Amino acid sequence: MNGSTRRFVVGLAAVALVVAACGSSTATTAPTAAATAAPTAAPASSAPAASQAASAAATQAASQAASGGVTAVMIPKQINNPYFDVAFKGAQKAATDLGGSVTQVGPSAADATQQVPFIQTATTQKAGAIIISADDATAVAPALKAAMAAGIPVVGYDSSPAVGAYNVFVNQADTNGIGAGLAQMACDLAPNCTGEIAVLSAAQSATNQNAWIAAMQTTLKDPKYSKLVWDGVVYGNDDPQVSTQQAQALLQAHPNLKVIVAPTTVGIVAAAQVVRAAKKTGQVFVTGLGTPKGMVDYVKGGESPEFALWNVTDLGYLAYAVANDLANKTITGAPGETFTVPSLNNGQPYTIGADSVVVLGPPFVFNKGNIDQYVASFGF
Amino acid sequence: MTASSQSPARPAVRLGALARWETLLVILLVGLIAAGARMSPFFISGGNFANLTSSVMEIAIMALPMTLVIIMADIDLSVESMVGLAGAVLGTLVVAGVPLPLAIPVVLAVGALGGLLNGLLVTRAGLPSLVVTLGTLALFRGLANVLLGPTVISVWPDWFTSFGFGTIDGSPIPFTLVVFLVLVVVFWAVAHATWIGRQVFAIGKNAAASRYSGVRVNSMRNWMFVITGMIASLAGIILVARFSSARNDNGTGMTLTVVTVVLLGGVDINGGKGSIPGVVLAVFVLALLQNILRLAGVSSEFQGIAVGLLLVFSVIVPQLARQTRGAVDRARRSRRPPAGPIASGEVTA
Repeated sequence: MNGSTRRFVVGLAAVALVVAACGSSTATTAPTAAATAAPTAAPASSAPAASQAASAAATQAASQAASGGVTAVMIPKQINNPYFDVAFKGAQKAATDLGGSVTQVGPSAADATQQVPFIQTATTQKAGAIIISADDATAVAPALKAAMAAGIPVVGYDSSPAVGAYNVFVNQADTNGIGAGLAQMACDLAPNCTGEIAVLSAAQSATNQNAWIAAMQTTLKDPKYSKLVWDGVVYGNDDPQVSTQQAQALLQAHPNLKVIVAPTTVGIVAAAQVVRAAKKTGQVFVTGLGTPKGMVDYVKGGESPEFALWNVTDLGYLAYAVANDLANKTITGAPGETFTVPSLNNGQPYTIGADSVVVLGPPFVFNKGNIDQYVASFGF
Repeated sequence: MTASSQSPARPAVRLGALARWETLLVILLVGLIAAGARMSPFFISGGNFANLTSSVMEIAIMALPMTLVIIMADIDLSVESMVGLAGAVLGTLVVAGVPLPLAIPVVLAVGALGGLLNGLLVTRAGLPSLVVTLGTLALFRGLANVLLGPTVISVWPDWFTSFGFGTIDGSPIPFTLVVFLVLVVVFWAVAHATWIGRQVFAIGKNAAASRYSGVRVNSMRNWMFVITGMIASLAGIILVARFSSARNDNGTGMTLTVVTVVLLGGVDINGGKGSIPGVVLAVFVLALLQNILRLAGVSSEFQGIAVGLLLVFSVIVPQLARQTRGAVDRARRSRRPPAGPIASGEVTA
């Protein structure tokens, strides 16, 4: 008994020593560890060497250099998501332009319970600013409020945290802007802005789509669009199969249909496929909201000469620029304040609106001329 | 009678082994604290302590009853879904106008009922707890989905959310840590100083022998599932309070972490061995490890890998130790006949 006990103790002690040794070796090589950790945390990084500095040193430098670029932490809904990686690239470009830096950290799944610890860590590390796309508006609110109470500016992008839990929310596009953009594209594609148009939407209960379609109908009341005939809305439920069936039904029910407007990334692809399969290319056009990669084939094929989405790179750029202005106290985030970002909005000032929301601008239109560039830079 | 005649010798053996495992955990803890302090100037701060503890409290609370369940050689995989179901029931009741102080006991009762379902299926139907709770893992989550659908209930009274998120005024101690510590004292006392604890260990070591010794094995297992269900629903309430939101996917993935903590705490996955202090230490090892990885900016996939490695580590090391000891025992037994109470193998033989 004693012998075995002793051997067991010795064995465990050996394990403990190894573990302890590992612990202490990581501790002594801490600066290098931090330096290598930074690029891992920012996978898309063409990061400047400055951002590779140990995070602690960087954040200290940021709080000292109040007038330089801020050291911001960007927390997307989910990391390794192409959409957020593109927004991060935009933020990195802004950081380079403004002399600051930004790192991206976040949960591997879009889950608010996993996102909150990243907010808390950024707060503990006294980050210069937090730029966040909320997984759950209310779930992240207490942590963000704690960050704001600690003097850290909070900028929302893509998906808003609850009102009061951010200084400024950068909205990719407002409802009216998208509605107007959809109406204008339908007008562009219908010959002489004349003829029948129909909408292929997502689910009947989809809040965003319903708001956009309503805004589009409001825009269509403008005499400019008086020759466009409204054939109604069908719902594809964001399901490729249902969307395809609905698009086919539209073509059969309305032989004179000129344009299908699909304000959903699933529906727009399905509609373009149906038009191509029905050999109606050049007679019926498809437009709406889509991704460059999903639509490039149909833009070149002529089924969908133009469609829109917000410019995701610019979204990240603007979010960093706003965070920087907040950190430098050139703005406070109060409604009515204005600021300028030289490379965006044609250099015109942005105005902070109700609930401290800034709108990036009108939706960005993709066509034959620019699509290749965005397929390459967005990757989605 | 047999049980009482064994007890004087057995606790001595058990406590000795546990002390060694706990020593290892203490060394790990100290190592982690030293590494954290060297790595980040923000590590040793009240705010960071509050963050790192509050982020694991739901898991910590559920690890306590799970410890007893695993010591009894059972397992409850359904706890994470009970967290979701508890949030869904709480949200539904509050939206329907039921005041929170009334809704909370109802949710705890739902948790106990869910646990009772697990317990009855295991003890009456005689099914393995692994299979039963795998089923209720899907069942409870399904009920949460039916109750809430895609809606998120995020309107909660201030006192409730500040309980979930806040700390005791002027200190870095989260309210939820106080709940955990109270439960630790209760579970510690029950597991290590009462007849209930002795029966739990006895059942885990050898259920058949315990039954012949007059232990009401199935009744005890049943009760442990009820308690686990109820504590899981308490964790569900705390999670809702901490994130001020009840969603149908609350708690997803937590079971793995709870089991990891319990095994890292030195509890034998085969039952019969383990201690509450070990599991409490393991809770803090996990909290510190996660916190340090986050402060170092390690990406979240690698944090997942770290939890996985911890689980493997905490299963393999005791297994290796056991095999080594078994080999040593066999070698000795071939030299001289066994004297007195040695291994559980003797009891069954």
